[in-house]
Amino acid sequence: MKLFLLPFLCLCVGPLQGALDESLQALVNVGPEGKGNEAAGAAWQEVVRAGPAALPALLAATGKGSPVADNWLRVAGDAIVQNAHTRGQVLPVAQIVAFLQDTTRLAAARRLAFDLLKRADEPRAKAVEPTLSTDPVQELRRGAVQLLIDAAKTKEGGPAKAAYLAALEVVRDEDQTRIIAGELRKLSVPVDLPKHFGFITQWQVIGPFENTGRQGFETVFPPENEIRLDATYDGKSGPVKWQPFTSGDEYGKLDFNKPLGMLKEATAYSVATFYSTEERDAEIRLGCKDGWKVWLNGQYLFGRDEYHRGQQMDQYKLKCHLHKGANTILVKCCQNEQKEAWTVEWEFQLRVCDSAGTAILTAAK
Amino acid sequence: MTAPFSPVMRLLSSFSLLAFLLTVPAWAADWPQFRGPDSTAVAPDAQIPAQPKIDWTVPLPGRGLASPIIVGNKLFLTCASGPKQERLHLFCLDAATGGQIWERQLLATGRTMSHPKTSIASCTPCSDGQRVFALWSCNDLGAFDLDGNLLWVRGLTTDYPNASNSLGMASSPIVIGETVVVMIENDSESYSLGLDAKTGANLWKLDRPKAANWTSPVPWRADAHAAPVAVLQSSKGLLAVDAASGSRLWEYAEGASTMSSSVVAAGVVYAPSNGVTALSPGAGDAPPAQLWRSKQINPATVSPLVLGDRIYSLNGAGVISAAETKTGDLQWKLRLTGPFSGSPVGAGTRVLAVNEKGLVQVVDTSAPQGALTGSLQLPLNAETKENILCTPAISGNHVYIRTDSALWRLGE
Repeated sequence: MKLFLLPFLCLCVGPLQGALDESLQALVNVGPEGKGNEAAGAAWQEVVRAGPAALPALLAATGKGSPVADNWLRVAGDAIVQNAHTRGQVLPVAQIVAFLQDTTRLAAARRLAFDLLKRADEPRAKAVEPTLSTDPVQELRRGAVQLLIDAAKTKEGGPAKAAYLAALEVVRDEDQTRIIAGELRKLSVPVDLPKHFGFITQWQVIGPFENTGRQGFETVFPPENEIRLDATYDGKSGPVKWQPFTSGDEYGKLDFNKPLGMLKEATAYSVATFYSTEERDAEIRLGCKDGWKVWLNGQYLFGRDEYHRGQQMDQYKLKCHLHKGANTILVKCCQNEQKEAWTVEWEFQLRVCDSAGTAILTAAK
Repeated sequence: MTAPFSPVMRLLSSFSLLAFLLTVPAWAADWPQFRGPDSTAVAPDAQIPAQPKIDWTVPLPGRGLASPIIVGNKLFLTCASGPKQERLHLFCLDAATGGQIWERQLLATGRTMSHPKTSIASCTPCSDGQRVFALWSCNDLGAFDLDGNLLWVRGLTTDYPNASNSLGMASSPIVIGETVVVMIENDSESYSLGLDAKTGANLWKLDRPKAANWTSPVPWRADAHAAPVAVLQSSKGLLAVDAASGSRLWEYAEGASTMSSSVVAAGVVYAPSNGVTALSPGAGDAPPAQLWRSKQINPATVSPLVLGDRIYSLNGAGVISAAETKTGDLQWKLRLTGPFSGSPVGAGTRVLAVNEKGLVQVVDTSAPQGALTGSLQLPLNAETKENILCTPAISGNHVYIRTDSALWRLGE
């Protein structure tokens, strides 16, 4: 890279910075349902025309609008880098690296910085990657964690244990965690996956309520109005009461078939109290293949009336805000009428974590 | 927006026709959308090699089952990569050589979960000859000019957060005049949209049956001079809407497949409904007349095609059936080697189908009982248990097929 040309390049485009900022702002401003797209279409061309000198400002603008706005900026960045390669233009690699390494920058912008770096200067990106193992952005950790796994695979005995334990400390993705945990267990090292991920395993459950004709999803049953663990309500086939249930599943699955029986067309609730040591932003991450709704401290977060299309960990990421002290997490889970063998599951898994997927564990009362 | 059947439709249709005529694709060899020109799966001026051979292959960085499309000398293809299929790629390649002309990447803004067999890159892009509209089943939709300039982008899950299918969706968009029609139909927030092709803004939005639906819209014209309208298929049947306004035109309410899409030929809609049902819609809003119905040519998951005066359909057992388009009378059956996920395509007197294991099979439909003229086993990656789920594309004398790892061009 001809980095010595960069100051000259920046000097030349200086007077155009105002126009560039306006164009970038037009991309940041795109709104819902295509609002602002017309202006953004013209602005996108201007940003790309500005060439490599636009990249630092483009990165700074990323993350300030919606994820859709970020895609406008991302494609512009891509086009600039591709054009630069074709035209032999200098790319501001050092600035991109500096931006990436500045963890005060927004997550979306740093992800884009790394992606642009990979396209602009792959050797430099490979050199930076190992430094990202503790990055606050989950997606940026992945490559560095894979390097740790690959290195651990070359070791045996004590050094292998140490290497895998070091990898476990920083890993956040489920597939990589599974590999590391498997290798550690082969080395007789126990791994507490529910704790690693932050699954809530201690619940109070109640049900069944109705879900005939899938009407239960929208029906407001008593637990949506009050949480009284000593209450008794009319259920689908008689009185129902809250009962404690502890999930022994390694991935924190709460299987309603166990406490309530193998039911169909039924609705159940589970509630847990989560103690936070501070007021903070967090994520509730859920996996579920039944109809579900989630409330935090009485506030509805999200729900989904889809049945038996698939389940995976962190399937849904619900941004939330935890109070200091006790927080009430309420989950509604609806089983439908299907009779196939693959529709037996009436369950969910839920964890509390930060945006990097790092577990936030419930504190002592 | 939902509009009733309306007498102003003729006026709207006139505007639609004008818009359509202004954006007719320029190249006869184009394969501009899922199942080619007018979604017929037939290339009118092309030839399918009787005994296909591999011309070249291009590796792909991610998975997908979307078909390639061809506009002039450019081929467009999508795929998805990354641990959660979160990177959405659109490639523009030289259709003659496979050389890359440009690539653009989006980051998924919607949910990327899908059944392991399928992929987020399941929706075939479409083009009006000037622009390419690329949709992924996480509901990210981008419009590009042929040189790779971004015209607009939408994240439909951002706008409608419960519109997804955890198995993945697969409906491919079509463009009619200045409207891009997309079906985002699923168990939860289910809708179809007409988007302004210039800006990506909503022109109309129709609530649709809350049921998973993998079919694609098809264009239908009342006659050769009429503007095409969009036919939306679901478990309830077919609904024809004016592409520009979303106004409802006619409806067929006797149910239809949620996997196999309809095909239109000479104004007749051949719907995968109770086997195949041939429908002749009129110019008004009356339900279409039923010409015939046959359960003998039941398409399982793939879509039928019409070649000449016959309709061809592949069933779940891998048997291709030929029936008269006028009567539905079965002419012959021929057992191919299945299973099939991609739909068959046709040109001249030949039909080509590729099974999931990569066996390309060419059928001579002019033989009295149909005859297999050639086959070719593509060298799939056994280690990754690679499948072919895509529908091939045809342009000139070449066939294009993609897998999770590569794009292939076949020739004579």
